[in-house]
Amino acid sequence: MSGQPVLEVEDLRVRLRTPRGPADVVNGLSYTVGAGETVAVVGESGSGKSVSVLALLGLLPSGVATVTGSARLQGEDLLTMRPDRLRQVRGPGAGMVFQDPMTSLNPVLTIGRQVVEGIRAHSDLDKAAARRRAAELLAEVGLPDPEGTLDRYPHELSGGMRQRVIIAIALSNSPALLIADEATTALDVTVQAQIIDLVEKLQAERGTGVIWITHDLGVVAGIADRVLVMYGGRCVEDGTVDDVLENPVHPYTRGLLGALPDLAQPAVDGVVPDLATVPGVPPAPTDLPKGCVFWPRCPVRGDARCETEQPPLTVIGSADVVLPHRAATWCTERTFGAESPGVGRTFGAESPEGGLR
Amino acid sequence: MVVLAGVSVIVFGLVHLVPGDPVRLALGTRFSQDTYDALRERSGLDQPLVTQFFDWLGRALSGDLGVSFRSGDTVTSLIAERLPATLTLAFASILVALVIAVPLGTISALRPRSIIDRFATLISQFGISVPEFWMAIVLILVFAGTLGWLPSGGYVPLSEDPLGWLERLVMPAVVTGVVSGSVITRFVRSSVLEALGADHVRTARAKGLPERQVFTWHVLRNALLPLVTVTGVQLAYLLSGVVVVEIVFSWPGLGQLALQSVQARDYPVLQGAILLFAIVFLVINLVVDLLYTAIDPRIRR
Repeated sequence: MSGQPVLEVEDLRVRLRTPRGPADVVNGLSYTVGAGETVAVVGESGSGKSVSVLALLGLLPSGVATVTGSARLQGEDLLTMRPDRLRQVRGPGAGMVFQDPMTSLNPVLTIGRQVVEGIRAHSDLDKAAARRRAAELLAEVGLPDPEGTLDRYPHELSGGMRQRVIIAIALSNSPALLIADEATTALDVTVQAQIIDLVEKLQAERGTGVIWITHDLGVVAGIADRVLVMYGGRCVEDGTVDDVLENPVHPYTRGLLGALPDLAQPAVDGVVPDLATVPGVPPAPTDLPKGCVFWPRCPVRGDARCETEQPPLTVIGSADVVLPHRAATWCTERTFGAESPGVGRTFGAESPEGGLR
Repeated sequence: MVVLAGVSVIVFGLVHLVPGDPVRLALGTRFSQDTYDALRERSGLDQPLVTQFFDWLGRALSGDLGVSFRSGDTVTSLIAERLPATLTLAFASILVALVIAVPLGTISALRPRSIIDRFATLISQFGISVPEFWMAIVLILVFAGTLGWLPSGGYVPLSEDPLGWLERLVMPAVVTGVVSGSVITRFVRSSVLEALGADHVRTARAKGLPERQVFTWHVLRNALLPLVTVTGVQLAYLLSGVVVVEIVFSWPGLGQLALQSVQARDYPVLQGAILLFAIVFLVINLVVDLLYTAIDPRIRR
């Protein structure tokens, strides 16, 4: 976790042109990913998680998206890079694993072809050598019969196997950074665990930096070194896993954690309590609130400035650590005590509208 | 086979439902009842329809489609005589159509709502809605009339006069090609657009493939399937005779033959022609299906 970070993102902003006017999908996102470090990006659907990483590799449709800020991958800014250089970086610089393994492979080309073309795009290996390399990769990601798999088509493999293939493709040029965009969301839980183990193992072997986008907080606790909570295209809280998951400060983070069902404390009097929720929906990126992005749904609203001013990310606690815990909120006093385990359950009830939903 | 059997029953029925008496038409205005009866008997038209059908079917199965009421030639020889002209025109038209449609549709899809795209939409709308005969007549007026560059119609076999063959082929092929091409352009545009938005294209880009490779192998390759389908449909349509264009350009194809035999109530020729069209459709569908399995591994077993 020391030395120069693999990726440094600074003030990343993405604006999309939509029929309903410009949408500010990512609004000033800054974070770093160190070598061998896993940064989890969490947030609801529509919080700008996927867009923020697609923007890094220039994978957003060019006519529609305007990306500003800087994103230095091993010191080189991805956002101002010439297209042919960016192409060279995709693969050896950063590999990407996508959400839906069912659609992320080309159905009419063999697995072998799809792995080999990625290898050959960045090396001088001849076909036979690239094919041997492809078979090695498939073996590495734990596919049985790698040689045979090369000649098969995506529809002949299960979802988990396809996702392994996609991971093999992403890793085929030994990237410094691996971006997993909801890589396990479409998979069932056992396969999900296998894929996570696989990524952790490969990461440990290669020292790859990982950005793991998810909305599954269980996954976050399992793999991440650092967590970044996104809401309305902003980072509302970040820090080490322990800081963020154990001592959440931002009302949104607390709401998210409170929405986890507590299996250790089951039914009282045979009644299973309703799942706590964060009432309301995320703001539309075409129409963001003037003040704090979370203000419309916030149960605390502890400061008059909340409605009119976006609170900056400020360090909570000690600033003298490698990974300071930061949150974009003024209510640092934790008025309804994050240390009390009951906070999640009562979260909704304290909302200004009163009551859950 | 089942389809062919069905088609032959329907064709036979429909042909005989058409009002008008072929014998009367064949004999002209003045004839005796005896001649009439003799001819009726000789051509088997005095038999019940069911008997006629099975007679015809039996002979058709052995390759004998009967004899034309009008000219006395065998139906097979009449069709064989017209077939080269029809094949020439159909394949030339589909060539013209693809040459127009594939680049135009692809470019439109790559630059949606650009000037080229709007232009292509306009052109294809034009091509679909303008009647073929009108386009044919305008072409004749301009290129055969005013400019005098091309003959206004007719057909000579390639073996006799290659240049004349080409000169006479250009205009009819362009007219039918533009119509088919307009339809195909729209298909190409939408299928390329769809392929462009597919998740696997993003994967291909994320691998760092050169843009051209992404386009050829992950976009065009996947847009091929709908293209094959629509091309097959268009080719079948062209092969079954583009009557109007054939007439305007005096192109001696199967469409003309079919039309003439309808007018003369020449049952054997008409049945033979329609049967041939049905076979053409089936063969093309078979070829399209075979191409599918070659293109799309998901269809293979």
